[in-house]
Formats: sequence, structure tokens, C-alpha cells
Amino acid sequence: MPEAAAAPDLLPRLGAFARLLHDAGLEAGPRRLTDATRALAFIDLKREDDFRNSLRSVFVSRKEDIPIFEAAFDIFWAPPDPRASAGVIPGRSRALPMSPERAKAWANALGLNRSQMQREQEPKEFPASSSGYSAEELLRHKDFEQMTWAETEQVRRLLEQAPWRVAERRTRRLRPSRAGRIDLRRSARHAIRSSGELMTLFRRKPRVRRRPLVLISDVSGSMERYSRLLMIFAHAIARREDLEAFVFSTRLTRITRLLRHRDLDRALESVSKGVHDFSGGTRIGDALGDFNRKWARRVLGHGAVVIIVSDGWDRGDPAHLTAELIHLRRSAHRLIWLNPLLGSEGYEPLTRGMAAALPHCDDFLAAHNVAALEDFGRLLASLDSRKDSLPRLAGKVTRGEAAGRMGT
Amino acid sequence: MSAPATIEEVERRLRERRYIGDRSLATSIFLALKLQKPLFIEGEAGVGKTEAAKVMADVLGARLIRLQCYEGIDLAHAVYEWNYPRQLLHIRLMGEGPNSQTDRRAAEREIFSSEFLLRRPLLDAIDNDDATPPVLLIDEIDRSDEEFEAFLLELLSDFQVSIPEIGTIKAKQVPFVVITSNRTREVHDALKRRCLYHWIDYPDLDKEVEIVRARAPEAADGLAREVAALVQGLRGMDLYKVPGVAETLDWARSIAALGATSIDASLVSATMGAALKYQEDLERVREQVPALVEKAQRA
Repeated sequence: MPEAAAAPDLLPRLGAFARLLHDAGLEAGPRRLTDATRALAFIDLKREDDFRNSLRSVFVSRKEDIPIFEAAFDIFWAPPDPRASAGVIPGRSRALPMSPERAKAWANALGLNRSQMQREQEPKEFPASSSGYSAEELLRHKDFEQMTWAETEQVRRLLEQAPWRVAERRTRRLRPSRAGRIDLRRSARHAIRSSGELMTLFRRKPRVRRRPLVLISDVSGSMERYSRLLMIFAHAIARREDLEAFVFSTRLTRITRLLRHRDLDRALESVSKGVHDFSGGTRIGDALGDFNRKWARRVLGHGAVVIIVSDGWDRGDPAHLTAELIHLRRSAHRLIWLNPLLGSEGYEPLTRGMAAALPHCDDFLAAHNVAALEDFGRLLASLDSRKDSLPRLAGKVTRGEAAGRMGT
Repeated sequence: MSAPATIEEVERRLRERRYIGDRSLATSIFLALKLQKPLFIEGEAGVGKTEAAKVMADVLGARLIRLQCYEGIDLAHAVYEWNYPRQLLHIRLMGEGPNSQTDRRAAEREIFSSEFLLRRPLLDAIDNDDATPPVLLIDEIDRSDEEFEAFLLELLSDFQVSIPEIGTIKAKQVPFVVITSNRTREVHDALKRRCLYHWIDYPDLDKEVEIVRARAPEAADGLAREVAALVQGLRGMDLYKVPGVAETLDWARSIAALGATSIDASLVSATMGAALKYQEDLERVREQVPALVEKAQRA
């Protein structure tokens, strides 16, 4: 190959670079390595910007990966410099998301000190307590707040086995059916056998699909006791539904990808590593504003159902929260607020945040025990395709007013 | 026109056509041409993704074939469809119609020939006799659904389409494919893996001024700079929908159409609908117009 002739040591280095990218979480398989090799044959290797741009367009395929690529490129291709080992070159001080062992191995291989490769991470564990046991029904109605570690394990089983599925919506795709619009394609095909006479009219109607769910959970200090269960709940849903999940306390973090591990414990571990403000303060309005601006357009397509889980303890401005909720509700098919405190005796939604939020939610439900989550599951399964025909909800549910709601 | 031989040539030709892109975009385009791989362009709305494909067709002297994606787009809209009314009419015109087995076969062959085939953009792009391979723009793929993505994946790996009644049609020459996405949802990795990827960011002030001068020459030089600076200021604000370059151009054109060569607070308030598309955003910005204008005029 010509490029190999031009720079004999380039190929093995490119291979090593692809491995570094792979370890940092990018897709850098043989196909891409081949593409990179081919690409470099067409450019002037002496121009660093072209070299960098070419490798980026081959190895990166989503915006989020661009900073990782840039950091890896800086670390890997920077010219040897004595100052680098002291960490003073700005490009080299950027960190890559990889396990400490890997980072150490790479640092050794590249002659860097370890801190230049590693991201500062303090793995956090969810609080655990001693063991105990309750019968299933008792467990169903036990407040999450009072549960022991072993009980949460059982809850996890219960949630994973829960029978409900999310309600469906009509898509724009069509499938054959007895009733519905005429399928000209099939009908005409058939008609040819009968001299062009349309003897049978075939029909088709819209295919249905389950609605995507968007879960936005509060993991601030006041929700600490519920956080682990909520994450278990999110994981149970993520395993079988189309779920986008976010958590917030002081800021919003998307955890959809982190929840993708099949194994719950690994999923929870990656969530606790990826989220840096578990048990911080709460600014619900800010978090929802963040969601509205950065994520709503990306995840609220296809008639999504939005679920906010929070106790409504908000340190922010209630007017701000209201404005963001109104906006959010207009882009969602249905806005459901789950509040763990709603289960406690004599609870009234008097926190400023909750009072501000209530009129703008389609549903307001408890979420303090398995039975409550099962109620919620039934609600999800019964969601109608029309936004304005809401089923009556049992129990202590305060429905939002119709004000500000948009028709379908 | 021959294909560009260097990155510089891509840059130069884009610029000649008043498309102001940076060198990294030129590099991605250049490599996509050389490696014959589709180019996947992502970026916020209104940063010039579609425009890049259009200009590329011009740069290459090729035909632009555009497929606008939407939810529910299927093969009948994207690849081909039989012209049923004509087919049925044709059968009627054949008289009493075919009665023997052989007649029926012959009739079927006739009816399912290319004469009755409605060629949609993807078939058009694959089955082409153009002197220069066409540019196929698959616009806003994030609006389509997973089924369509899966089909596209197949199409982009072997550039062939099979039509049961006719057979497999393979591209004689591979079109230059540009796929754009606004990221309203994440497109599947498998599809992206077949492509080279490029993220178009909002331009910095100087580049945006250059873009306004190139694409909205009716705006005076001073005005171009002021509007670009104004939009740069808006992008720093906490808005539901941040204005893109397309909005900057609209805004500059609107103000120029009013005969102004410089901005002031009342002019900006009156025309900011060109850049801001949400009521909440308009409200939020309205109070800060004087400050924004002052800042833009200093830039």
C-alpha cells in the first residue's frame, strides 16, 4: 500500500490509536481501521489538521464522542515533549473515560503519568442495610423508605415480572388488515388475474407501536431513600420498553445508555459512576428547563409519555418550574408525576414546587411502594391514543386542570 | 466537471459557490468522494447541512436527487411504486383480457415492465445513466423510523435494489450519498458505521459574517456584521430554540429589505421573529434587546 511506503511506522501506530479509541468507548473495529488507512492515502500527512479531521470523520459517529476523540488524539499523537509528563500541555491533561486499570496500562505504554489518562471518579454506592424478610403482599405495600436491602432485591424481582406493557399508538406505517384504507397495490396485483376487474379490495390500516417512555427522576437529598428503588424500577422498564431515562438533583444527567447493561448491578454501578450529584440539592425547574432545551426535541417524538418522579421539594423559583412544565406538557403526549410522599398518611401537596406543578400534570400518582408502582403500570397500559379522553384514576389522585392543554 | 483532486480544491469550489465551510468539512467531503462512502452530516437545525449537499452537486456537475424523510416513509415512496391506475387501464384496453395461461403470463410481464414503474428517488439514484454519478441527498433521516433505516442500511452496503417483478437492479456507478440528521433522535449505529461522519457546529462570528456577506449580499457590510453578532449573542442565551445560520440570513435579508443599513432597538424588536420561533423566547429576548443591540454594535 502506498501509505505504508510513505510512513512505514504509521500503520502499527494507527492500529494502536484505534485500540485506544476502542478502550475509551468508541467503535473502532477493523472496518474503521481499514477506512482510516485508506483515507490517509489521500491526504497530506504533514498537515496535522487534515490528519486529525480525517481520523475524526472515520472514527467518530456521534457528537458526544467528539471530545473523547479529541482528547485521545491529543494524548496519542502529540509530539514527545518533556513538559507533557508534567501535565502542563493543556491538550494532554484532558482525560478519557476508561477503567483505572486500562488507563494505567495506556499511560505506561505511552510514557505518561497516570493522572493524564484518568478521569477523576469516586465510585458511589447506594446505601445498603441489614437483611430482613417480608411476605410478598406485605412487601407490596411496604414503603420503600423502610425497606431493607434484601427486600429491595425482592422488589426488583416483582418489578421485573410485572405484567403490564405501555399503551400503543398508531404509527404512520400501514399493514394488511380486514378493515381500513384500500390497499391499491395488492388489489391491483390481484385484479390482473381477473382481467383488470377489481374483484377483491384489499385493505390496510395503521400499524400500532408502544409509546416511548421518558423518565425524569429526582435523585436529590430528599429523595435519597427512594433513589435505589427508582433506579431498579427504571432498569426493569428499560429492559423491555423504549425508555429514555434522566436523573437530576442540581443538574440533569442522561442515564439511558448507562441503564443498558442487562445485569442490574452493573447498570446501577455505571449509573452511580456516571451521575455526579446524587443526593445534592434540587432545582426541578432548572432540570426541566435543561431537558426542554437540550433533550425534548430529541426524545419526545412519536407520542412519548413523560414521567417525572420527585417529591416536589424545590429550592428554585416556582414560577420557573411552572413555565417549564407548561412547555414540557405541550411536547409530550402525557405528563405523569409520581410522588413517593403521596403515599404517606395525610400528605397534602403543599411544598411550593408541588403546588406549582400540580395544575400542569395530566396525572399525579403515588410511588412509595410496589402496589403504587403497579397502579402506575396499569395506567401506562391503559393510556388511550387520544390525549383528551383520560381514564378516571382510582385512589387519591388529583388530576390537573384542563387549562393550557393542547388537543391532539 | 472532474472530481476535486485535493482538499484545497474542494474548499475552493465550495467557496466559489458561496458556501462557507471550514476545512474539516472539506476534508470529510473529499474523503467521502475518494473512499466512495456516504457522508453523514449532523448538526443543529439551520447550520447548512442540506445546503452542503446541494452545493456538492453543483461542485461535481452532478444531478441532485433528494429524498425528504418523514415518519412512515416506505419503499413505495422512497424506491418505486407500480402505476396501478395505468396498469388497470392497460388491462382493460387489452380487450377481453388474457384467458389462457400463456396469455396471462405475457400480460403480466407487460404490465410489470419499466413502462409502468414509478421511479422514486432511491431507485433513480441507483439506476442512473448520468455522465457524472448523481448526488443523493437523504434529508433529515431522523424523521424516518427504524424500519426505513434498516432498509437504507441494506441499500447503502451494496447499492442495489430488488424489485420482485423485474429483478435486481445494481448501480452502474455509485452515487455520492449525503445523509443529514437534526438529531431529533439517535440514528442507529449500524447505519452510521457505513458512513463518514461530520458534525457541523454553529460558525464563529467572523465566519458567520462571511456567510451573511456571501449568501445575503443585499445586506450592507456593517449590517451583516451587526446581525451576525446579534445572533451570536442570542446563541449564548437560554432559549428553547437557538437561531441557526438560516435564521441569521433571514434576519439580515429582512432588515435589508426594510432599507436599513444598521440596526437599532426598535428595528430589532420588529424583525426578531425572523430568528426566534417560540413565543417564550421572544418574550425573554424582548426585555434585553437594547443591551443585545449595543453589544452587537461593539462587536
